[in-house]
Amino acid sequence: MKIMAVCGMGIGTSVLLKMNAEKVLRQLGLEATVEATDVNTARNTRDAQIILTTPDLVESLAGLPAEIISIEHFFDLEEITGKLSKSLL
Amino acid sequence: MASPKPLPSKKFPALSEAFGENSIQVGAIALDREHAIELAGNLLVASGRTTPDYTDEMIAALEQHGPYMVIAPGIALVHGRPSEAVLETGLSLVVLGEPVEFQHETNDPVRLVVGLCAFDHSSHIEIMQELAQALSDDELVNSLLNAPDSEHIRQLFEI
Repeated sequence: MKIMAVCGMGIGTSVLLKMNAEKVLRQLGLEATVEATDVNTARNTRDAQIILTTPDLVESLAGLPAEIISIEHFFDLEEITGKLSKSLL
Repeated sequence: MASPKPLPSKKFPALSEAFGENSIQVGAIALDREHAIELAGNLLVASGRTTPDYTDEMIAALEQHGPYMVIAPGIALVHGRPSEAVLETGLSLVVLGEPVEFQHETNDPVRLVVGLCAFDHSSHIEIMQELAQALSDDELVNSLLNAPDSEHIRQLFEI
């Protein structure tokens, strides 16, 4: 399974999101590749099942064949765990 | 005779390296969110990590994508992308004297503005790991918010 962590530039916010998502996936015992990327690259990617991003970017990713999960507080592992397990378990 | 104690290892070696001289400002006043980003950009320039063009790129990212960089309550991570304006990977930190509205749905107002510049897509990964660790530590974030000066903050990362 492929998950994309998406931010405007693909080097800051999305990297933090990827790190914490990987932590959560390990805790849940799930295997997935998490890639950090920018919005424009994400728009042209079709093979991700899940996109993690921030509320502000949800609109610009609409229409992609992936479930979009928006995360508000990046350091709140409970929020990430809750939202990811709702989708994956 | 007691054997000499080994020097304590730094808790955040990558962060100590990433914050150059003059890269931290405490008690800064920003008029609005663009100004807050500009302050973080100025520190990256002052510490020799970027050219002023990078600051413009950071502000343009806000205009283009909205305030998504407010990653947690009170904390903004402002950055552009790797470009010619980046001289060296680095960080800056502005502790605002007065909170600033970034017009973020849930995480406003912002008190900590972290500026990031990355030379490429991979050289800053260790920095990001330590940054995530530091900023998820409520006690450390509190110490940053209440630090009397920049030297105090530097010591928080050095220990």
